[in-house]
Amino acid sequence: MAETLTRTGALDGWAARFAELPDSVALLAEPFHTMTSVRGETTLRPNTWVEEDGFDAVWLGPDEVLRTSPFRSAAELGGTDVSAQRTTIRLRGAHARDLLETGCAIDLHPRVFGAGSAAVTLLGQANVILLCLGENDYRILVRSSFAAYLAEWLLDAATEYRG
Amino acid sequence: MTRVDGYGRVDRTRTLRFTFDGVSYTGHPGDTLASALLAHGVRTIARSVKQDRPRGVTAVWSEDPTGLVQVEEPFPEPMLLATTIELVDGLVASSIGGRGRLAEVPDTARYDRRYAHCETLVVGAGPAGLLAARTAARRGDRVVLVDDRPAAGGSLTGTERICGRDALDFVADTLAELRAHPDVRILLRTTAFGHYDDGFVLALERRTDHLAPAPQGLSRQRVWRIRAGHVVVATGAHERPIVVADNDRPGIMLAASARDLLHRYGVLAGRRVVVFTSDDAAYDAAADLAGAGAEVTLLDPRPVRGDSRSGDYRRSRGLVLGTGAGPDGAISHVFTDQGELPCDLLLLSGGWNPTSHLFSHVRGALRYDAELGAFRPGEALAGVTVVGAANGTFDLAGCLAEGRGETPEPLPRTNLVLWRTDGDPARQYVDLQRDSTVADIARATGAGLRSVEHVKRYTTIGTAHDQGKTSGVLASAITAELLGVPIESLGTTTFRPPYTPIAFAALAGRERGQLFDPVRTTALHAWHVARGAVFEDVGQWKRARYYPLPGEAGGTEDMDTAVLRECAAVRRDVGILDGSTLGKIEVRGPDAGAFLDMIYTNLMSSLRPGRVRYGVMCGLDGMVIDDGTVLRLDDEGFLVYTTTGGAAPILDHMEEWLQTEWPHLRVTLTSVTEQWATFPVVGPRSRDVVGALAPHVDVSAAAFPFMTWQDTEVDGVPVRLARISFSGELAWEVSVDGWHAPALWRRLIALGEPYGITPYGTETMHVLRAEKGYPIIGQDTDGTVSPQDLGMSWAVSTKKVDFIGKRSFARAENRNPLRKQLVGLLPLDPTVKLPEGSQIIEQTAELPPPPVPMLGHVTSSYRSAALGRTFALALVKGGHARIGERLTVPVGGDLVPVEVTGSVLVDPEGTRRDG
Repeated sequence: MAETLTRTGALDGWAARFAELPDSVALLAEPFHTMTSVRGETTLRPNTWVEEDGFDAVWLGPDEVLRTSPFRSAAELGGTDVSAQRTTIRLRGAHARDLLETGCAIDLHPRVFGAGSAAVTLLGQANVILLCLGENDYRILVRSSFAAYLAEWLLDAATEYRG
Repeated sequence: MTRVDGYGRVDRTRTLRFTFDGVSYTGHPGDTLASALLAHGVRTIARSVKQDRPRGVTAVWSEDPTGLVQVEEPFPEPMLLATTIELVDGLVASSIGGRGRLAEVPDTARYDRRYAHCETLVVGAGPAGLLAARTAARRGDRVVLVDDRPAAGGSLTGTERICGRDALDFVADTLAELRAHPDVRILLRTTAFGHYDDGFVLALERRTDHLAPAPQGLSRQRVWRIRAGHVVVATGAHERPIVVADNDRPGIMLAASARDLLHRYGVLAGRRVVVFTSDDAAYDAAADLAGAGAEVTLLDPRPVRGDSRSGDYRRSRGLVLGTGAGPDGAISHVFTDQGELPCDLLLLSGGWNPTSHLFSHVRGALRYDAELGAFRPGEALAGVTVVGAANGTFDLAGCLAEGRGETPEPLPRTNLVLWRTDGDPARQYVDLQRDSTVADIARATGAGLRSVEHVKRYTTIGTAHDQGKTSGVLASAITAELLGVPIESLGTTTFRPPYTPIAFAALAGRERGQLFDPVRTTALHAWHVARGAVFEDVGQWKRARYYPLPGEAGGTEDMDTAVLRECAAVRRDVGILDGSTLGKIEVRGPDAGAFLDMIYTNLMSSLRPGRVRYGVMCGLDGMVIDDGTVLRLDDEGFLVYTTTGGAAPILDHMEEWLQTEWPHLRVTLTSVTEQWATFPVVGPRSRDVVGALAPHVDVSAAAFPFMTWQDTEVDGVPVRLARISFSGELAWEVSVDGWHAPALWRRLIALGEPYGITPYGTETMHVLRAEKGYPIIGQDTDGTVSPQDLGMSWAVSTKKVDFIGKRSFARAENRNPLRKQLVGLLPLDPTVKLPEGSQIIEQTAELPPPPVPMLGHVTSSYRSAALGRTFALALVKGGHARIGERLTVPVGGDLVPVEVTGSVLVDPEGTRRDG
């Protein structure tokens, strides 16, 4: 065979357009994060995520936790492998929250949605899992089939902040 | 020029040029189109819609019923109020006769949306609103303060004093304090136009129209979606005219509007002014206009009072009864109860109506205040506070107190409630924009209408751009007068959003063009594009419909040619389809089998690991809602395939039953639709291709039977092979995680090359499945079709105690042999392709007169490469019993004879399945 089975990220090919954005609304595709859905009761607080031993755990429901890791395998994380179900986009910069507020109905004020917050919500018309990593620093998990739409939406939303 | 030195806040050091009705004028930053025209003495700026009467500016802001114009430049827009158009250099506008004209060029401006959350939203930056915002900000609230005008201060003219200071200095200082709070957002040029439950307010911000040229990147207008813990309505009040005969002429306006023109824009709207008022506020206008050099006569029906504001104007007790016009149609004199008075400006003031729209939008009840002659907010609403003039508190001290959250002592009322004077009702205009008069209201009540809502619709009063801001209460009052009932028994018409007209473009925001609706793509989308696929929309998905090859004449194949080629290739050699959009749900837990037994009509718990079963799901009504295959993964795990469209609704359906009816079942549901890409590899040579892909797997019919699956690895990547066929051919569905999907697909294409592998699209898939009579849920079914109707009684368990839909199968109607049933149709002329949706009637040579009994309709129709002819699937009344009969399908003017057949047209014996 000419090629081995290589991986393709849902946002491969977008890096050049992301790179044109100013630092105030920086976008970065983070492909190939392992994700698993772990079912059963959880001690996580609703609408939060925490760093655990080698992975992040995101509360998705009273009996549903999403584990994510950029380097561990699905077998190591346990649960149902849903790694390719979603892809990850990092959004940060001075206008990151401003940009999200053009298309996300939930209250993103740091007092309400600070570091460690998580929400399943709509961004534009795409269902996303939104994680706050810190002030104006977010991770967006989006269904792979919606990734191109969301990337286009984010680039368009950034229009106001381009120089 | 009517511009007066020493007045106004426009920047007279700079000059702007604009054109109105082809004539060039100048104005200044801070002007509106209306103020700039009035500064040039242009009083007539529109013609009325029905009666073609000249009209001018009647009020100075969004309540103006008359001054609608067409803007041509910078962007063509119809029916904007001249009073709300901020003047910019190069503005081109023209008068209209009540109807504007939509732009014929696309609107390339940007519109967007923004969400905001706050503890306190204050609507209105007048004195009451400013203090309410300051109070909330000092408390530590997140505050949003919106005001629809370009500057804060509300109705303050600059002549007032607040806390010992010039009122406008107080406004500036308060704004500065608010701006210093990090969590206070001040939005000027922003109209709160709708108020909904739970503190949700929509507001439109006009961001660039006042800037010429508009800056790049900024949206022209923005819809703010504000969620507030508390909404403070500080929206002021609208002055109310007194209705007199011929009260619609240019040169007749509200008293406070003339005063605002003077103080805000430095425009003296008339030199010989008559003020007709039954309220004290208009005395300020009389005094100020007189102070600016006008000759002012004030007529008041009330006895002379000693404490009215004095000034250099003449006052007498009297009534204005009508007006007269000069040659230009504008006012030239008034008729009073004491004779004629020449004038070029008549100011009318019958009191004030609190602007309580935002209180009413959330069903706040208004109550009639007989002293005020106005409706004001009644019983308080949770989460809403109305302060200042919007609350019927019209004095400055009272407004400031309410803004601070205090309850001021009400001042004694001195006004007289006067709706109209004596005169010809047919000349007494109530709604000037609609040319509706007192006579029109009399006609409505004469026709027996009693409700103001009915009178509104009969007369159209209050239905124009201004939604009756100045005419609504008058219409209620005059209706009450004509009916001889108290106005409070009638109330007002309902205030509904939007408060001012909002452009559809603003509501659409960025959801236009490619962002109108999300486009969902599979992991292989780039490959499909590169291969020249023609796509079809399946829900939000873009699916490859067919892959046209270059045609003989240099073009590309049409769909019919391409699909016939793809169909033939699949049944002759091997084809490959991107089936990744199929919904996939992992059902897991000790009770997973029991759960699926309830969800499907057939038995699933008996399926053994490694096996696959086809299943049908019904709703409670026993009608088919979805179908697909189920893989048993292990003792506690199943993988359910749904249709593409069913992926989300079927997951919801399952969750609903699980969570609400069967919470005792130990089952979890996980969507893995996009985790797995699935490629059917279909056709007689598929065994060669799959065998080459997975050399360690024995793909013989004996070792890998139909409806079984096996896991393997390709280059160390887990790959699942399942012998499932949606075409009747030997076939494998090859599944891999989405990351490896493009590479595995390319591998299969390369391995298949020696066997002539042909990528095929959804159209070919549809033809191949229809040839086998496999229905597409949602195409061959419409929510009224049971499994039995589809000929699938074999998929309905008779042994299971219960499952969703079972009860309905026992209904008499479900057993009716005349139900519509799925059959095949073969047009007698094998070249005729029936349009899908065609109606089916009894065999006839001539169309009988209507009503023609309909037997059913064509659900799927194709050309078949395998059959060498056209064929169709159809739902036909009693169809199963009609097999062999001939029926007629009217198509356009033709009557197409067809033969009813069974639904399986290709390989009914199933000999091709195992290769």
